[in-house]
Amino acid sequence: MPPSTRPLPDTARDLLRIDGLRVSFPLLQGEVEAVRGASLRVRPGKITALVGESGSGKSVTGQAILGLQPANARVSGKVWLDTGAPVDLLTLPHDGRAIRAIRGAQIGMIFQEPMTSFSPVHTIGNQISEALRLHQPMPPRALRARCEEMLGRVGLPDPRRIYDMYPFELSGGMRQRAMIAMAVICGPALLIADEPTTALDVTIQAQILGLIRDLQREFDLAVLLITHDLGVVANLADEVVVMHHGQVLESGPTEAIFADPRHEYLRGLMNAVPVFGARARDRLKPLREVPAEGIRALAAMSVPAAPAAPASATQARPLITVSGLSKSFLPRNRSWGLFARSEPPLRAVDDVSFEIRRGECLGLVGESGSGKTTVGKMLVRAFAPDAGQILLHDSAGGVLDVPGAAGDELTALRQRVQMIFQDPMSSLSPRMTVGQILSEPLDIHARGTRAERDRMVAALLRAIGLGPAVAARYPHSFSGGQRQRIGIARALALGPEFIVCDEAVSALDMSVQAQILNLLKDLQKELQLTYLFISHNLAVVNYLADRIAVMWRGRLVELAPREALMSAPAHPYTRALLAAVPHPDPHHPLDIAAACMPATQAESAWPAAFRESAEAPGELVDLGDGHLVRMQPMADRRDLDGTGGAR
Amino acid sequence: MLRYILARIAMMVPTLFVISVLVFTIIQLPPGDYFESYVQELQMLGEPADLQEIALLKEHYHFDDPMPLQYLHWVTGMLHGDFGYSFEYRMPVREVVGDRLWLTIMVSTVTIVFTWLLAFPIGVYSATHQYSWGDYGLTLLGLIGLAIPNFMLAIILMYFANVWFGLSIGHLMDVKYLNQPMSWDKLHSILAHLWIPVVIIGTAGTAGMARRLRANLLDELGKQYVTTARAKGLSPGRVVAKYPLRLALNFFVADIGSVLPQIISGAEITAIILSLETTGPMLIRALQCQDMYLAGSFLMFLAFLTVIGVLVSDIALSLLDPRVRLQGRRG
Repeated sequence: MPPSTRPLPDTARDLLRIDGLRVSFPLLQGEVEAVRGASLRVRPGKITALVGESGSGKSVTGQAILGLQPANARVSGKVWLDTGAPVDLLTLPHDGRAIRAIRGAQIGMIFQEPMTSFSPVHTIGNQISEALRLHQPMPPRALRARCEEMLGRVGLPDPRRIYDMYPFELSGGMRQRAMIAMAVICGPALLIADEPTTALDVTIQAQILGLIRDLQREFDLAVLLITHDLGVVANLADEVVVMHHGQVLESGPTEAIFADPRHEYLRGLMNAVPVFGARARDRLKPLREVPAEGIRALAAMSVPAAPAAPASATQARPLITVSGLSKSFLPRNRSWGLFARSEPPLRAVDDVSFEIRRGECLGLVGESGSGKTTVGKMLVRAFAPDAGQILLHDSAGGVLDVPGAAGDELTALRQRVQMIFQDPMSSLSPRMTVGQILSEPLDIHARGTRAERDRMVAALLRAIGLGPAVAARYPHSFSGGQRQRIGIARALALGPEFIVCDEAVSALDMSVQAQILNLLKDLQKELQLTYLFISHNLAVVNYLADRIAVMWRGRLVELAPREALMSAPAHPYTRALLAAVPHPDPHHPLDIAAACMPATQAESAWPAAFRESAEAPGELVDLGDGHLVRMQPMADRRDLDGTGGAR
Repeated sequence: MLRYILARIAMMVPTLFVISVLVFTIIQLPPGDYFESYVQELQMLGEPADLQEIALLKEHYHFDDPMPLQYLHWVTGMLHGDFGYSFEYRMPVREVVGDRLWLTIMVSTVTIVFTWLLAFPIGVYSATHQYSWGDYGLTLLGLIGLAIPNFMLAIILMYFANVWFGLSIGHLMDVKYLNQPMSWDKLHSILAHLWIPVVIIGTAGTAGMARRLRANLLDELGKQYVTTARAKGLSPGRVVAKYPLRLALNFFVADIGSVLPQIISGAEITAIILSLETTGPMLIRALQCQDMYLAGSFLMFLAFLTVIGVLVSDIALSLLDPRVRLQGRRG
């Protein structure tokens, strides 16, 4: 299908126009073309989104504009920058004076990883003022004043102090703000933002998106926004360019693109994104589906033929009961003095109680630092709780104490409870073949004979849609999605009842994410699995979970059946979280103002019923139908309605 | 920070105690003591041994006391700056080591400076010009330098210096200045001789350090913050000098811990072959003939320097790297 280009509104000139850009990398044999004749434009003061999955060539396109592509890349085509007199950036000498005068001064750039984009051993101020000094030399005092002013402008509290701080002392969101300050301090005409919010929490993402839009309006800044997230695109972009395999498939105004995606790939992409609303539970349509036959074959191998008890009876009984679970970590000692102040330990998980029913998927949602991963790790006994109980029930009525298990009980626990990790890169040993990775749990627990184990490995591989032939290959030869499927197969090897999925799809592309979500759903159905699905992405949790628990600062603030939580969230934090999710729909814009409230102030803005203090701690109150919310027990329920809320 | 340093210094005490026990045990391990082998040697030569003097010395140095007491005497002596008596040289250990220590420190310091001056540019060039002909050439040279043992290089150099130039390159100074008090002429002679051991001892070190710097720098050059710095508009040279090189420095500093003891023990075998007037050959001789106080004090001194070196490198690292300084350890 030829690229479909919609008529764009005429403007006097484009700030940036890329014509027939090609980027290729030499390999041992031949070369690989990352970008194959891409053309796009950015209008002055407007936001153009460059959308695509990993490997589509969108990032290298962004780098090639400034000549920042890897040294062995070959670039051809035209990149016109027009800030008065048009220049073809690709004709400028590599790393020469001319292009360096444009970098930072006329085109600023921010990156995905706020953790690694700053040098860890130089202060924030040092790195930001360097950019300014380079392009607009001025006395040190004025330099510092300008930098502090910009740090304040991007919403950092106490710029004077932040100027002298090191990047690792700031949170991810603050670092990304500082990064933006550095990119725009010289007043560029264009900002290239390469996945600026992908590594951030939803609420922080909404804040950063709001900041980018404010700056765009205030400084008349044009933005080339490189992202894979259609929700971000719909909320921010004026024009959209869709890239796939190094080519531009479709481009045009955001409204038109979302209303009528013409290209098959873009339509597929839109169907692959989990959304809220009516279509929320419709099966996602990944671009490539994993067939389910293998799963049924695996189910036939590992699940006892006759269901143990009538479904209703087992449904009623919980599989896991958690009560009063707490875990603290000692804070780092930051004192320079002789006598350190002893700070109180950080309560990562604070008196959390819930149960997980047999065969359900419980979603656990929260920002980073909310303690959700700590809960998951305690359930698989990777951490020991400081206080509280975790009980694993079996269908015969037996009870296993998870933190206290030892000997045979522990062996049984390890077989019944498994975990799937976030990062498919680091969770598989690069020195073991896929076959070895999958048979290792079987070896450890001495399951069957060699031949039976091999049959099991083959069945696992068929179930995840890879086929037994890949058993001899090493993890590095697989894509991220395939690796995540191998991680899932490993978790399934021992035939567990309960699996903790810790951000299992967060590191994956949209279409791959849909594939993995469907796989998890099919597996749950066929193998009668119970999941604890931990994620910061509410849309994903909404797709998979039966009930959803929300954590905030180590506490469980709300627990409700999925529909109740989505349609009538009671706790203000849950509402903020829901409001911060960008929808892939231009007619459903993000309420950025609501999301922009810093977390510390947010609590004081909550209705009195939800505020907690040492004297008046909140309690989980049942609103009916299993909808629990943490609030002041004595507060009037009618207050909830007053805040525009629930029942 | 002060707290950290004090804690680290306090930790040195038990460390040194354990080391001293180990050293003492090791030097006592071979059967017999210095006097037994000394008397034996004299008897073999058919000379009368002055048994009375030996008995006196034995008593003075508590040779007949039980081991723990002997250990106590040794350690308390060292705390007072009395490193004991070298039976072999028949003078206090301090005087035996005396001059040689300074010569050793000089040779080693010059060697280290030489190593760094050479390794730094080579490493930076190799890393920034990865897989170029220059990188391959330097890598080849470096591997040759690493592969040839120092003493072999010393023998080869000595041979060719003799055959081609008729020079004897042994010793740290002209033979006529040996055992002479220090003078300008002697210093001049020392400096003239210095470069040969420095080149020989430094070759392998230079090659190793250049390789490590290249590897470290390559790791850093691929990091995101380097791209950030380039995106600001910094010139390529400035980018490398300010960011990745600064981070690659960490391992130089971490190296100090192992460098300090090297300064003193200083390439023993090369020193023997070149007949250098350094402490290395003396340590080996002392170990061979059970000159226990000389050997023991020497080993203790090396251990002490190692511990100090590690401390210095840790403190320097925390000054250099804010992550070490401010993040501290998890409680």
